[in-house]
Amino acid sequence: MKSDTFSSTVQRAREAGLVIAAFGMVCAISGCERPPVESLQGGYRGLAMTTLINPRSDAAIAAKNQVPAVIPAASPDGPLASTVYSNVRVLKDLNVAEFTRVMLAMTQWVAPPDQSCSYCHTSDMSSDDKYTKVVARRMIQMVRHINTHWKDHVGKTGVTCYTCHRGNVVPQQVWFTDPGRSNTSGFIAGNAGQNAPAKSVGITSLPYDPFTHYLLTDDNTLRVISNDALPDGNRASTKSAEETYGLMIHISEALGVNCTYCHNTRSFAAWDASTPKRTTAYYGIRMVRDINTDYLVPLTPTFPAHRLGILGDVGKVNCATCHQGVFKPLYGESILKDYPELAGEMHHEPPPPAPPPTASLAH
Amino acid sequence: MAEYQNIFTRVQIRAPAYAGTPLPPGVWGRQGTPFFSYWLGRFGDAQIGPFYLGTTGLLSLLCGFIAFEIIGLNMFASVHWNPLQFIRQLPWLALEPPAPANGLHIPRLQDGGWWLMAGFFLTSSVLLWWLRMYRRARALGLGTHVSWAFLAAIFLMLTLGIIRPVLMGSFGEAVPFGIFPHLDWTAAFSIRYGNLYYCPFHCLSIAFLYGSALLFAMHGGTILSVSRMGGDRELEQIVDPGTAVERAALFWRWTMGFNATTESIHRWAWWFAVLCPLTGAIGILLTGTVVDNWYLWAVKHHVAPMYPHVFAPVLDPASLGAGK
Repeated sequence: MKSDTFSSTVQRAREAGLVIAAFGMVCAISGCERPPVESLQGGYRGLAMTTLINPRSDAAIAAKNQVPAVIPAASPDGPLASTVYSNVRVLKDLNVAEFTRVMLAMTQWVAPPDQSCSYCHTSDMSSDDKYTKVVARRMIQMVRHINTHWKDHVGKTGVTCYTCHRGNVVPQQVWFTDPGRSNTSGFIAGNAGQNAPAKSVGITSLPYDPFTHYLLTDDNTLRVISNDALPDGNRASTKSAEETYGLMIHISEALGVNCTYCHNTRSFAAWDASTPKRTTAYYGIRMVRDINTDYLVPLTPTFPAHRLGILGDVGKVNCATCHQGVFKPLYGESILKDYPELAGEMHHEPPPPAPPPTASLAH
Repeated sequence: MAEYQNIFTRVQIRAPAYAGTPLPPGVWGRQGTPFFSYWLGRFGDAQIGPFYLGTTGLLSLLCGFIAFEIIGLNMFASVHWNPLQFIRQLPWLALEPPAPANGLHIPRLQDGGWWLMAGFFLTSSVLLWWLRMYRRARALGLGTHVSWAFLAAIFLMLTLGIIRPVLMGSFGEAVPFGIFPHLDWTAAFSIRYGNLYYCPFHCLSIAFLYGSALLFAMHGGTILSVSRMGGDRELEQIVDPGTAVERAALFWRWTMGFNATTESIHRWAWWFAVLCPLTGAIGILLTGTVVDNWYLWAVKHHVAPMYPHVFAPVLDPASLGAGK
């Protein structure tokens, strides 16, 4: 009898062990991505410069990155909008048909459907009473500036309002300066701007606001790695390397790619080992700085308080604002090719030598 | 039939509790009445105790507790004393060293002072524990091998936490106390110094790390495989080799032409284990002080292989003055 009890105890212990082992296995693989995961070789063989693709999750992202229907092209004939309407300050080069088409597109791309034109306009269409109209005007200038001056980044694909807005009045992925966590008491240690599961840096513990430092100013601290084997006066700290790393994680997350899309990770710094895409990213970082400092920050007083961040700063752009998880926004499909009105000045006739309307809007 | 084959054995050795060899007269004796634990006996010795804590052990635990509390309470405060968030975010939380601009000054508590204090108590704790280990070995008339191996690990910890930061002139170069934060720090450290994989001392350290695991498996496997011939009685086999040792030796000579001896295999294992943190610490000490970019160092000394280009040459746009 005693040995029966013993063997049934052993039996129960074994069953319990199996259950624990099965539970452990489930826990161990719960963080894994469900197959299939395919890898595309991107560099020389054997260097693990691969892009990982999961067709299932890619399909979900692709569904969110559809290009909207194109509004039929406008007739190139007709009087300039600026001669017909009053208070036209930008888009002076468009005729009435083209001008109306851009307005229509903007209601489709940006304005809420239930408000349409009235999201920016009062009953007096020429009035600047609504802040949204003042912002939209500056944004049109920005779009044209990007398409003409930042071809190194946007290429011929270019950008339109839709690249960022996607039907939202405020693009879904904008950033504000993160003031960090206030401490409970004066002598409690600060968190040095890091160590929180922040989405901005892919839920790593890296500094969670690399944007304020790197996407507003250029103080040449993004590059932390020495160009010489031996110490040559590079005083960059390991902490600043963490900040650079944080921005790079943001780029990786925003584009849905891994490090090796641009870098040969055996040497992040070496340009001769990098892919040409790193050059595109180089211009992208500078384009974002240009957008933030020249277009968005000057609009800060224009926005109402509820559109501003905790510190009263304006919503700013980073890589995710346009890319939204895709290596090229909207998979590289160009909306701009159907909207030449936004590519830059349209030259129906010699452009009038008009000075910028106000000093604050000049660039 | 009872078996004695697995790590979870069904056979339990039960004899009157053994108190250990007589001790020389000392301040603290061994404390507690030994007892037996069936469950611990399934994978080890069932006898628990007696214990010896001693002055050094007690002080070590006290210092360790203080360091643990400084780190833990600062982490807890950083989530506004919210217990749920403390558990959820624990892997991300940290106590950070002072900012790089602080240099080697003693910072205010909130600016890294707590970190310095936690480091002091943690260092005291491990050094006191080391002393305790050394003295316990001496008291039993043993060699002091274990304590020296432990000191090798302590040396790596102190190299990362204080020696290298002092050499670099900034406490900010030290590792934060935190689970993910110290891992992210490690990755950032390697990135900053041009990829630590190209540091030969890092290579050695990894070789000794994996080598230790390999040797452990080889030795454990060898002894288990000859235990039916009494090979598990290693100490006897060292001075009086029997058929178990003969066969184990022959097995490795057949397999790879060479065999360690029953005694020397333990020296192999000890040195592999000790050299892992020692060579690692040398690599850390050289990083930033003597070498600033390990990849370029490896290129300079023809260690890093060069691969064919698959893209048109990529130039640094900044060198062209582009993107301004």
